[in-house]
Amino acid sequence: MTAFAPIRTAIRSPRGGVSAAVLVLVVACALFAPLIAPYAYDIQNLPGANTEPGAAHWMGTDEFGRDLMSRIIYGARTSLSVAVTAISISVAAGLTLGAMAGYFGGWFDRAVTAVVDLTWSFPEILIALILIAIIGPGLESTMVAISIAYLAQFTRLTRAQIMALKNETYVEATTNLGAGHFHIIFRHLLPNALTPVIVAGMLATGDAIILEATLGFFGLGAQPPTPSWGAMMSSGTAQIFIAPWIIIFPGLAIAITVISINLFGDALIEALDIRNRLRSV
Amino acid sequence: MALLSVQGISVSIGALCPLEGVTFDIDKGEILGLVGESGSGKSLTAMCVMGLLPRIGGTITKGSIAFDGRELIGLPEIELRRLRGKRIALISQNPMTSLDPIIRIGAQIDQVSILHLGLSAEAAKARSLDLIAQLRIPEPAAIHRAYPHQLSGGMKQRIVIAMALAADPDLIVADEPTTALDVTIQAQIIQIMVELVRDRGLALMLITHDMGVVAQACDRVVVLYAGRVAEMNAIGEIFAEPKHPYTRELICCIPRLGQKPGSLKGIPGVVPSIVDYPDGCRFNPRCSNAQALCRDRAPALEPKSSGLAACHFSEV
Amino acid sequence: MISFFIKRLLLLIPVFLAVSLVIFMIVHLVPGDPIDNLVQINSSPEQKAALAAKYGLDKPLYQQYAIWLGNALTGDLGDAIVLRRPVADLIAQNLPHSLSLGALALLFSTVVGITAGALAAIYKDSWIDRVTMTLILLGSTVPGFWLGLLLIMLFAVQLGWFPVSGARSWDALVLPVLTIGLGGVALVARVTRVAMMETARKDFVMMLHAKGVPPWRIELRHVLRHALLPVVTILSLRIGWILGGAVTVEFVFARPGLGSLLITSLNQRDYPVVQGALLMLAVAVMLGTLLGDIVQAAMDPRVRERIK
Repeated sequence: MTAFAPIRTAIRSPRGGVSAAVLVLVVACALFAPLIAPYAYDIQNLPGANTEPGAAHWMGTDEFGRDLMSRIIYGARTSLSVAVTAISISVAAGLTLGAMAGYFGGWFDRAVTAVVDLTWSFPEILIALILIAIIGPGLESTMVAISIAYLAQFTRLTRAQIMALKNETYVEATTNLGAGHFHIIFRHLLPNALTPVIVAGMLATGDAIILEATLGFFGLGAQPPTPSWGAMMSSGTAQIFIAPWIIIFPGLAIAITVISINLFGDALIEALDIRNRLRSV
Repeated sequence: MALLSVQGISVSIGALCPLEGVTFDIDKGEILGLVGESGSGKSLTAMCVMGLLPRIGGTITKGSIAFDGRELIGLPEIELRRLRGKRIALISQNPMTSLDPIIRIGAQIDQVSILHLGLSAEAAKARSLDLIAQLRIPEPAAIHRAYPHQLSGGMKQRIVIAMALAADPDLIVADEPTTALDVTIQAQIIQIMVELVRDRGLALMLITHDMGVVAQACDRVVVLYAGRVAEMNAIGEIFAEPKHPYTRELICCIPRLGQKPGSLKGIPGVVPSIVDYPDGCRFNPRCSNAQALCRDRAPALEPKSSGLAACHFSEV
Repeated sequence: MISFFIKRLLLLIPVFLAVSLVIFMIVHLVPGDPIDNLVQINSSPEQKAALAAKYGLDKPLYQQYAIWLGNALTGDLGDAIVLRRPVADLIAQNLPHSLSLGALALLFSTVVGITAGALAAIYKDSWIDRVTMTLILLGSTVPGFWLGLLLIMLFAVQLGWFPVSGARSWDALVLPVLTIGLGGVALVARVTRVAMMETARKDFVMMLHAKGVPPWRIELRHVLRHALLPVVTILSLRIGWILGGAVTVEFVFARPGLGSLLITSLNQRDYPVVQGALLMLAVAVMLGTLLGDIVQAAMDPRVRERIK
């Protein structure tokens, strides 16, 4: 089985196909924003502020007269890059920590498990807020906060996978053949534990997009004029009576992206048949 | 007239047909053994008698099940429910998982007599305590208060038996009641059930794969093979003069005292898979006597010199 | 049961110490002199010196932590930099709003979530199941603050049924509770549905049918009761998640509460308030988890056994 076979199976299912198409579109917006967006994201036009959606501005304009659709397309860049970077860091760190804890056991495992369990019972938003309190607001802080907020999840998941694999005979056989710890972890255990963690990472990217938007909405994430879906809605709250589209469209962009990620992740879980391994946490 | 009469029932689950033309009957005060390897359709037969087949997605396509003169097939679910637990009770395979783990033992026994006999809570409790004592369980009151995880497997199976007896049933269906237990406990539980039948005049349908248990307890035996009845006869005749080659092989599998080391043998081959039953007699790939006729045509279940058997060559 | 409660309470002490240490460290990890993060703007050098003396800023860090924690435990959380009032007063003022919102949202999520999940499992593949599944998907993917804003636009701005913001009357609670609730309902319904379908396949359920127990009674008295065990586990693990929802929602609805206090102070870099609010939220999460553990032990004899 090649790595792409399950992805192909997932895309062939109706849910998977539609959600994959939407995701490709969102990623394309993020990558080619300057080519796709009809206007620049920061061009203000005060006389044309709060224009209703119409032929010139399909999604209307915001309180500074900026084209909302262009800002949403550029916003995909911010949201996706923050979420994907943060989760990648988090997955990499979680894999390493979880694998070492699960493999070596002992006091190291107990320490990691204690910290993970401690953070696990606190909502990600609260952890992110504590971290932002320390490092201050901004996009980089958001990234750091998100990657630390989700670290517990990936560490826990990896550890569970490694613990399950560790007792299997082939690992014992390899140990008896005199293979080193790192050889066993990186060549034998991690490759087998990787799939569920990566899929969990993909699903968490959806949550991370929401977390990024929430922090942005609080004014703690991306700072103006950087277009971010959360921050756009935040400034839109003042116009809620006269220009509701400023809130509706960015939120719709988030919802559609996150729903697609979830549906595609779900199709992938089905294709890979790993639902039980993900639930063992 | 027999208390339970099962006539030629066939069952389908999806595209599969795991039972075909199963026929037998049980009288009051009788212990009928239902024997066969796993996959032969023993538990499914129990489900049919209990009217629980729809719960596992199966339907009876042919045949009749008459209990005390009343046809069960086609009976509305609500009527079946009045029979279940009250007149036909089940003792299940695994006592470890048959009790609700978060409800006290006592409440689970009480439930049956409250439901079917309309007893008050106190009367039901008194009755349950009495039953527990009858089953030779020490400290009935403590057991009544206990939770399932606090009891051993053998104790739990006695509780399941108490549950089955709680509404004074006429027929008990025991589906491999001792398989999950230690060997020493197995004999005790079988002994308890035999005594119950004798004392109360119950009918017992005892499902097992263990010919030793059959020899210990049963009056008559039905041998199932791959969803069909292979042979049916009284206990003495079955052991003295088996009519079906499969029955012969089963009897050879019973270990005996003083047997030469290495002389105990199993039946060659494996039970055919339900998706791929052989044509003709389903036992033919494993039968040492198989002829062309056996591969060609399924033998009917016919009267032989004694009992019934489904074999073309049983008289040779 | 009481010894169990005390044991669990004692187990929370190291957790509390760890969390409070992190929160205490905020002022020291932020760039700049800690005193500038604690003192009111335009304070005189004398006031600064008094504060430094109070917190023992010249002493080693662990002693500072002990002083700070001692003060916090006796209700002295310092003074707010911007609002120039004791942090304890601010928290006392905001806490009841957060508590009522959190408790109502929890109640709503649990009751509606269990009902929806149970109905979806009992009537699997019917329209009830499909509606619940859609709700679960939406509830776990739609950002809470956006949902809140949509509800405001529809029910407050367009229809005028409920107030847009604030907490002056009871009906101001409806939209915030609904906003947090959808996420909570999704979580609870999903766990209930799966747990019920798994329990329904167990041997003892077949045995109950064999005893002639009516199906509705089996579903409610036995299957649902079992399905509630994982629901309580998840709820006790994720109770903070619902409280986290409260943080967001308070900000969206401009409701007073710990959440909006926290966000506002974060934006104003009012560190004493940030510390106080975070400490209270952390305690709330820990107590919520404890509550979940107790409910679980009350429901499952096997859990009680394991604790002994």
